[in-house]
Amino acid sequence: MSDDVAVLGVGMHPWGKWGRRFTEYGVVAARAALADAGIDWRAVQSVVGAETVRGGYPGYVAGASIAQALGWQGARVTSVYAACASGAQAIGTARAQILAGLADVVLVVGADAAPKGFFAPAGGDRPDDPDWLRFRVLGATNPAYFGLYARRRIAVHGDTPEDFAQVKVKNAAAGSLNPNARYRARVSAEDVARSPVVADPLRLLDICATSDGAAALVLSGLDFAHSHGVSEPVRIRAVSTVTPRYPRTELDLPDIATDSAAAAAPPGLGLRPSIAAAAYEEAGTGPEDLDVAEVYDLSTALELQWYEDLGLCPAGDGAKLLREGATSLGGRIPVNPSGGLASFGEAVPAQAIAQVCELTWQLRGRAGDRQVAGASCGISVNQGLFGHGSAVIAVR
Amino acid sequence: MARERVPVVAGWFGGEGEEFRLTGTRCRSCEAVFFPREDAFCRNPECGGRELDEVPLARRGRVWSYTDGRYRPPAPYVCDPEREWQPYTLVAVELAAERMVVLGQAAPGVGVADLAVGMEVELVPGVLNEDEEHLWMTWHWRPVTEGAL
Repeated sequence: MSDDVAVLGVGMHPWGKWGRRFTEYGVVAARAALADAGIDWRAVQSVVGAETVRGGYPGYVAGASIAQALGWQGARVTSVYAACASGAQAIGTARAQILAGLADVVLVVGADAAPKGFFAPAGGDRPDDPDWLRFRVLGATNPAYFGLYARRRIAVHGDTPEDFAQVKVKNAAAGSLNPNARYRARVSAEDVARSPVVADPLRLLDICATSDGAAALVLSGLDFAHSHGVSEPVRIRAVSTVTPRYPRTELDLPDIATDSAAAAAPPGLGLRPSIAAAAYEEAGTGPEDLDVAEVYDLSTALELQWYEDLGLCPAGDGAKLLREGATSLGGRIPVNPSGGLASFGEAVPAQAIAQVCELTWQLRGRAGDRQVAGASCGISVNQGLFGHGSAVIAVR
Repeated sequence: MARERVPVVAGWFGGEGEEFRLTGTRCRSCEAVFFPREDAFCRNPECGGRELDEVPLARRGRVWSYTDGRYRPPAPYVCDPEREWQPYTLVAVELAAERMVVLGQAAPGVGVADLAVGMEVELVPGVLNEDEEHLWMTWHWRPVTEGAL
């Protein structure tokens, strides 16, 4: 396929709470990706950075901040922001530059240094900002929205808190095998049940932490990869960065209300399934072609929702798919073999890039003890607040 | 001296007692309804209208989902750091005529154990926080009790 781009190299800085600047993490990940690709930094023609809102001005110009830290060498630079979907937009931007012939080799990097506790809105008195308003008027943290979705699943689909806990048990088991994961201890259902409730019905171990971390990719055109001696690179076949369609009837962060469907019929697909549908269409694949998936488990309950939105099972059957073991390592369609956000915590601009690092290791057959046997097609999917879809399909 | 009652956001709700309502806007061209209010442009991509009128939203709806906040949220949520944190309940309510879901805190004393998805609730005025000069007013959702109007 002529619209594929090659993943020449991947690299990460381990996730954790390290107390250093985001650029330090970014440089470590970038150098690891460059070394993996066998590409000298000075040969990179374009740098695309996924922004962080937590690093002050350097965070808003993340591409330049990390390029400076690597040593200015004159490359074209871009910085993009789409909340949790920033990484996918950075990948999409790099791919567009490669396919447009603007660059042969592009470095994509995302890094964050997260504070302890809840994410908070930008400071000041800003009543025009929906993100500020949800905190001022409702005190609605991110986990509050996760709690609303989880309770809704219990009521509509009959999921139980025990189902949610089993997602954590599964992901912690996979994460225990991943040296880049922040949390590497196995977790039992009893551990989850003993953890304090944060946002009913979700407990602390149902909800992902906020982390420091960084991930990077070196992408190129296929011709460049071949001339570089890589005959069968992992290839990115689709990047979905779709937005919702009006009227949007699913409540999403940071909104206080949904759109009204009184004057216009809702779209056939809500945002989450439309993210996957766009990726499948672009790649000419479907859920039946997948060997592995990395999904955005901001909460345990949300992972079950993604099973359905990806089409791995019918709506409402997410918990059943989990109980059957289909999504565990060794199952029919392992989900989050990296350990997911449950094992990493979220380093916002790095996370969607980290998902693609995991897909790459899986498709290369280099994922060690967490390897999905024979994986040749994988999807990563995520969603950024303010209406940002994010999915990548990679093949080998 | 009585403290001044000030809405936490101007123009989002109004009316006294039984007449208390959330205030949205409705497009004159396509009749799309918006809350929080849109005053400059209709957001229906089929429309593009620029004239919107204030419209009160339904007083009652049904619980779409609910949760609570067991830990103190960060600023700009206002609470006294000296006092022990009191969890509040958050309710997402489906309004039938408007075909939309609107969040709100539950009235004081209403916990997650008092709620169920599908339960009928009604809008009541409430106090979000207070300081020496103001009572910052907001809206709350409260279960409809049998026989009440």
